[in-house]
Amino acid sequence: MEAEYSGEMMTLNMGPQHPSTHGVLRLELKTDGEVVADAIPHIGYLHRCFEKHAENVEYPGVIPFTDRMDYLAAMNNELGFCLAVEKLMGIQVNNRVRCIRVIMAELNRIASHLVAAGTYGNDIGSVTPFLHCFRDREKILDFFEETCGARMLYNYNWIGGLMYDLPIGLEDRILDFLDYFEPLVDDLNQLFSYNHIFVKRTANVGILSPEVAINYGVTGPNLRGSGIRFDVRKDEPYLSYEEFDFDVCVGKGKFGPVGSCFDRYMVRIEEVRESCKIVRQAVAKLTPGNVQESIPKRVRPPAGEVYMRTECPRGELGYYIVSDEGVKPYRVKVKSPCFTVMGAFREMSRGAMIADIVAIIGSIDIVLGEIDR
Amino acid sequence: MKVENIAALLGAQFGEKIIESKLDSLNPWSVVSPPAILDVCRFLNADDRLLFDHLELLGGVDFKDRIEVVYILYSMTFRHRYTLKCYLPRENPVVPSVASVWRAADWHERETYDMFGVVFSGHGDLRRILCPDDWEGYPLRKDYKFPDRYGNMPV
Repeated sequence: MEAEYSGEMMTLNMGPQHPSTHGVLRLELKTDGEVVADAIPHIGYLHRCFEKHAENVEYPGVIPFTDRMDYLAAMNNELGFCLAVEKLMGIQVNNRVRCIRVIMAELNRIASHLVAAGTYGNDIGSVTPFLHCFRDREKILDFFEETCGARMLYNYNWIGGLMYDLPIGLEDRILDFLDYFEPLVDDLNQLFSYNHIFVKRTANVGILSPEVAINYGVTGPNLRGSGIRFDVRKDEPYLSYEEFDFDVCVGKGKFGPVGSCFDRYMVRIEEVRESCKIVRQAVAKLTPGNVQESIPKRVRPPAGEVYMRTECPRGELGYYIVSDEGVKPYRVKVKSPCFTVMGAFREMSRGAMIADIVAIIGSIDIVLGEIDR
Repeated sequence: MKVENIAALLGAQFGEKIIESKLDSLNPWSVVSPPAILDVCRFLNADDRLLFDHLELLGGVDFKDRIEVVYILYSMTFRHRYTLKCYLPRENPVVPSVASVWRAADWHERETYDMFGVVFSGHGDLRRILCPDDWEGYPLRKDYKFPDRYGNMPV
């Protein structure tokens, strides 16, 4: 979208307490009337220096810190860290641990995407989908509470295993939930996704072309929204994801150019269905076993370094860990998907209307806890 | 392409500028002479056989006698990965910016500057990103002392 500027710019401050910035993000908007000529993000309001913390606690003690980065998908965050340390130490886990991890990661993905869709509706001015989505997310959080006692920050994945086995009968209740939930995705689409006003607000806004997306290192649903079929679960499988049958959803440009806010939103809705498919398969694959049999007595990896990435709801989360044979990591560097997509935000928002800035922030689905770490 | 072939291509193209390689690591890497990093990255990005179009991670590690800058590269086309490192002195670490090759490097370099004090020459907008602009010191350096005051406020 090209806009002509009269040359008279006004600086408008948006955030850090703005309700639609999904946390404490501050945007410095250079505006010409209603048109945004430049949007400069200022981050760091939630900076806790997680990486410094990680150097000062033992490996298992890092896991609760990883929960607090992307607090809407804590299961996925700690999973990535555990897999990285297991790769460094050469630990193999049994089938039961793998299946439970897949079930938990995918349920958490559904919960996270429901928050993304619900709050997106709220941002754009429709409150009903928010209530629908949060109603169903609560049911998933109930499963997590039953499993490990926490609703948001779980510390459930441990290095080499899990904190607890599944409670008796939880598999059946998860399947019942999926039977109830899957038709509701269609409801959400009828109620909200194909709503004329919603399509008008999103289908031609915030276009991110595939080349720009790759160059900026954008990953996850935001990259797939630009039409690139790339998913770490398919292309670099971990946790035996290669044995599961699911599709990688990409933006199709149904109502406008590919890579718009609508495409990014729609990829998440489609992914919810795929995650339901994966959970069903993982429940069918569950075999009896001891979920703590490979947990080492003391976590002391050999000297070396490892990079492990997993597909989190917001994109690929990478852990680069350097070990000096100590009980504490020498260095933990996190590649945060929200941080990289925020770098591309300036590109997406140039020439948009002020009201569209809200639509763009909602469509990239950021969590500031993970950007600032 | 296998990492051995990538390392061989790099060695053939840049010779002595590739200081050492370790290919049997979990994360195979080569050490590049710091002034050559921009040329090496341009080559890796543009060569038809390599096409490293995606910068996955750029970060620093403080090794008490040196600061390492780590570049983890990935090719969306060929699905292969390689890691480059630069060894910099702890006093006055300077390395050319690669933000002109991958725009993703822009914010990652700012973060590495913020946390380690590595100066990326030619970056254009190198300022702190996570810490406040007037923060003193580089938090992720191993000898960093946590300050007891911020401005005139005790913390």
